[in-house]
Amino acid sequence: MRNRLFLFVALAVAALLFEALRLIGNEYLFFAGYVVLQYVVLATAWNILGGYTGYVNFGSAAFFALGAYSSVAVGKLVAVPVPVLMLAGGVISGVVGLGMGYLTLRLRGVFFAIATLALAVVAQTLITNWDFVGGSRGAYTIRPLVVPVLGSYVQYLFLVMLILSAVAVSIARAIERSRLGYGFATIRDDEAAAEASGVPTLRLKLIATTLSGALMGMAGAPLPYYVTYLDPASGFSLAYAVNSIAMPLVGGMTSWAGPIIGAVLLGSIQQAATVSNVFGNHPEINLLIVGLLLIIFVVAAPNGVVGLIRRRSQ
Amino acid sequence: MDFPLDLLINALAAGLLLGGFYAVVTVGVSISFGMLDIVNIAHPAFIMLGSYSAFLLSGGLGLDPILASVIALPIFYALGDLVYRIYHVAFERRGQESLRGLAFFFGLLFVTEVGLVLVFGVDYRFVEAPYIGPSLHLGLVDLPLRMLVPFAVSVLLLGALQLYLSRTFIGRAIAAVSQDAEALRLMAADPVRIKRAAFALSIATASIAGALLIIIQPVEPSMGRDYIGRVFAICVLGGMGSFPGTLLGAILLGVVESLTSTFYGPSWSPAVAFGFLLLTLAFRPAGLFGR
Repeated sequence: MRNRLFLFVALAVAALLFEALRLIGNEYLFFAGYVVLQYVVLATAWNILGGYTGYVNFGSAAFFALGAYSSVAVGKLVAVPVPVLMLAGGVISGVVGLGMGYLTLRLRGVFFAIATLALAVVAQTLITNWDFVGGSRGAYTIRPLVVPVLGSYVQYLFLVMLILSAVAVSIARAIERSRLGYGFATIRDDEAAAEASGVPTLRLKLIATTLSGALMGMAGAPLPYYVTYLDPASGFSLAYAVNSIAMPLVGGMTSWAGPIIGAVLLGSIQQAATVSNVFGNHPEINLLIVGLLLIIFVVAAPNGVVGLIRRRSQ
Repeated sequence: MDFPLDLLINALAAGLLLGGFYAVVTVGVSISFGMLDIVNIAHPAFIMLGSYSAFLLSGGLGLDPILASVIALPIFYALGDLVYRIYHVAFERRGQESLRGLAFFFGLLFVTEVGLVLVFGVDYRFVEAPYIGPSLHLGLVDLPLRMLVPFAVSVLLLGALQLYLSRTFIGRAIAAVSQDAEALRLMAADPVRIKRAAFALSIATASIAGALLIIIQPVEPSMGRDYIGRVFAICVLGGMGSFPGTLLGAILLGVVESLTSTFYGPSWSPAVAFGFLLLTLAFRPAGLFGR
């Protein structure tokens, strides 16, 4: 029951946030906020597998981009609203996640991480060579100028992503306090011992990879409508992979709050740096900041911001 | 349809040369990952660093790029030494090397790449040397010297490293630390110092590999990523840390890639390396030539 309560609270917070932004009335806030929220979902999804279960996924960009490209493909066939596309993207990436889960049968630890990297490149090559979704030339998506009730389309996308983040965070929190979460933790701490004590490790790992992949795909599904032009290089950009690892690590991997803190912190820094143009014409500096923060945190504060706060309060 | 035999022979020859080059790219990872269990996924970024240092030294001083990379060796050795010190204090001693160590190297990869973009931009850079351009013609086969020279250097370097590891005291200690670090401690040798030397050596090879890369083709900073899959595929194929295995695995991959790009088009060739890696990891984790 408490999980349902948390979901309601999360949705209420989301509604308040949305109304507050509507009151401010600056369209750019929705535009930038969308990116931050997309990272909240990505970081939370990564953390379900990486933080709870201890399997490092370097291929977040692949799941994200597959979600985006399934929207492009479905959108070319039939006109459906974005939430439906999200479900489609979630299913596609979830199935790929399930396949990745079976890899864990043979591959533990480092080898799994390298395999996910390989998976990302294979997926990118397939999409680059698939002409139906534009191939290497990329694909244009035409979006409606206005939507009923809300008016602006960017606000609509923002709202959709906001709801998805509330749901994703609620799922992560529910897992953390359930038998499932304890099962994940036993795999992270000692997989052999867990298996020996009767934990169904394979089933748990398949749940983790599928859920994590599906959420990433859902986060990617609205992307074609947000950017209107999508090519494989930007969809599969390493920036997504780095961010979805850096954000939980900077925020803290042991708690559902960590990925949110990390995503809001790093996401806002990147958005602010882009807008204020403090670094002149070098958008790469954004990514440099993320990389440096990742290194600094992983070396100096292994449990992230959440770990720092906990240590302070003890 | 008659089978284009000369095309096939040329693709095989090009693949052989390419594979020789892949061996020198991988040898650093064979040391760090294969022998020391340090998952240095940032190695390709250090190779890009090697390319740009060869570019600077050969462009600025008019040196031969390979000579330039040999001059830069001590700098890369020192860099490797420094990286290992941080890695050891922050991860190995805390016993957190797997997940957080990986994230550390991932961050390092990213920071190096972005740093290179900021300094040099995203334009392609190249070097000049007398052997870039002419080709050797042997009957049906064309052997471009810009591929033949890296192949020769690579084979020489691998041979030298093999001798170093099997004949010198430090080399044997490195081989020992990869087998049993605890036993080494019982022999009153410091495994950490030896691992540091070995890791520094692995980064030093990136200087030479980088120079060879920029001889083969013009480079831009994000190119290193294409090599992550290749180096780990070769390292695993070659049986983790064996130099002859590395060379054979590299040549195998080079030939397969060259055939793919000749007969199916170059846009498919990245998938070959990574597909190879996925299949090897899934079905033969000990490598084709595994111990």
